[in-house]
Amino acid sequence: MIKIEKLHKSYPIGKDSLHVLKGIDLHIKEGEFVSIMGSSGSGKSTLLNIVGLLDIHDEGHYYLNGQLIKDMNEKKAALLRNKFLGFVFQSFNLISYKTALENVALPLYYKGMGRKERLQVALDYLEKVGLKDWANHLPNELSGGQKQRVAIARALVTKPKVVLADEPTGALDSTTTDSVMDLLKDINNEGMTVFVITHEEEVAEQTKRIVRLKDGVIISDEFTKASKAV
Amino acid sequence: MRFLFDSDTWQEIYGSIRKNRVRTAITIIGVLWGIFLLVVLLGAARGVDNGFKKIFGDFATNSVFVWTQATDTPFKGFQEGRRFRLKMNDIEALKSEYQEEIKFLAPRNQTNNLIVHDFKSGNFQVSGDYPILDQIQKKKLIVGRFINENDILSTAKVTVISENMYKQLFDKGEKPIGEYIKINSINYKVVGVYGPSNGIDLDGDTAFIPFTTFKRVYNTANNIDWMVITANPGIDIEQMESDVILTLKNLHNVHPEDKRAFGSFNLGVQIAKVTGFLTGLQFMTWFVGIATLIAGVFAIGNILLITVKERTQEIGIRRALGATPKSIRQQIILESVFLTTVAGMLGIIFGSFILFIIDATFGQGDDAALINPTVNIPIIIIAFVTLIVLGTLIGLIPAHMATLVRPIEALREE
Repeated sequence: MIKIEKLHKSYPIGKDSLHVLKGIDLHIKEGEFVSIMGSSGSGKSTLLNIVGLLDIHDEGHYYLNGQLIKDMNEKKAALLRNKFLGFVFQSFNLISYKTALENVALPLYYKGMGRKERLQVALDYLEKVGLKDWANHLPNELSGGQKQRVAIARALVTKPKVVLADEPTGALDSTTTDSVMDLLKDINNEGMTVFVITHEEEVAEQTKRIVRLKDGVIISDEFTKASKAV
Repeated sequence: MRFLFDSDTWQEIYGSIRKNRVRTAITIIGVLWGIFLLVVLLGAARGVDNGFKKIFGDFATNSVFVWTQATDTPFKGFQEGRRFRLKMNDIEALKSEYQEEIKFLAPRNQTNNLIVHDFKSGNFQVSGDYPILDQIQKKKLIVGRFINENDILSTAKVTVISENMYKQLFDKGEKPIGEYIKINSINYKVVGVYGPSNGIDLDGDTAFIPFTTFKRVYNTANNIDWMVITANPGIDIEQMESDVILTLKNLHNVHPEDKRAFGSFNLGVQIAKVTGFLTGLQFMTWFVGIATLIAGVFAIGNILLITVKERTQEIGIRRALGATPKSIRQQIILESVFLTTVAGMLGIIFGSFILFIIDATFGQGDDAALINPTVNIPIIIIAFVTLIVLGTLIGLIPAHMATLVRPIEALREE
């Protein structure tokens, strides 16, 4: 599903450049539940941005769903993001003046789906994350865990191939962290590829495969107990 | 263009406008003020313009009056201080020499006389005129007619009097037409009564009699008191004035440099001064109005630019969710156009309302300062379209800035 070969990325800082990713090789198959671990500055967010087509790499190859990602313009990237990828962010990133339902329906709007239909689909997904009764509430009327579940519903609504989660539990307490992780596990069990970035061991241990990054290189890549248990 | 008719597009715009209420209000006020000023200023300028037009009234404004005074330079054996008269020959000479320039040329002789009808009487001006005077200064006849060619040829003893004179000389309800009045003890038949003219009035209450009759009765021979010359459209009236006077100086053996011999009053030049002032006023109105309008549109651009900064995160989210740069751009531009359109319409409505009030308070009655202060619909449409075009163009800048927002950076902000 995601195949990365010898990926390099550096950011210019003044006249110098900061080499963030120094040759990453990573292959994630369909249906995997992978977490990327690493301290801040290890390059994990950069990796997610490249995988999420929010940023472009300098060297190496990146295949998404078998398609080589090369010479992306913003329009193509936007279409691919809409089609293949669902995002979950640490700070939820819901649009504050739209209700939970409208937030979930937004990706379908960019997909070009009619209003009635997309609100129906969005409602189905809100039901799936257990928030059907909160559909017409604005984000600031929801708790952190509820907001993240709305965000997950939004990530899922376009039926993407991969869900990319950037520190999905970073802003949550331990109880809600568990409920959000349970939700991600359920999604994975339904066959969705889930790609989580975290710095929390407990979160990583609930995924099926942990990739550890340090200073822009992969230092370990192993399956967890959770994967063996299934 | 399909997205314009998509209810979802408008839903999005409505959402974003409703969310940023203060921004929306300020933006709308900026443009509203601009077009409001344009409408009110243009309307007021038009009102002043109409007011002046009313003063000029029915008078042929490109006219020159010429009369004689005393010479101030000795010439050809004549001493300085010589007095002389305009002659009928002068009229013929001018007519043939300035065929192209002169539209009307009216010689006039005037005096004051006692006018009597039955037991009523009054002292009024009596004027010997040709029918052509009616073309230079339109007479508003209440009943009857003005002097005509037949009167001139037959030296008929007929007269046309003013409404005021009729009131002084006749009993109430008495029919004036066909009645006789005595001017300087000679009977004249009243053939017409005229009302007060609009604007400039040279003569006031005057009994007009045929020029030829005047000549015979008052024994003026070939003498003329003064003349009115009206130029054809497009003729340089100042040039014509000096040319005509030079010709007259030649005919009357007056030194070409003599400054006192001929008196003249150039109505065209005086009016051109006023017209120039009005044109300047109009120009200034446009300048101020358009500048304000542009300032308003820039305010919209400015505020949209700030909101784009404020909405970086939102735009980042939208892009992560699959919004193409084009759809982001469309939304920002459409917001700009929508705001300018609404603001423009409100401005026009308020402006028209104020003009309505001005019209009601200052625009009524005979001595109104502003008459019919209005703005032409095409001008409003042009201003409105310009506004929308400017709104679109100015929206392009923040729209472009919005597409430069990098989703990663936007989403990193917390």
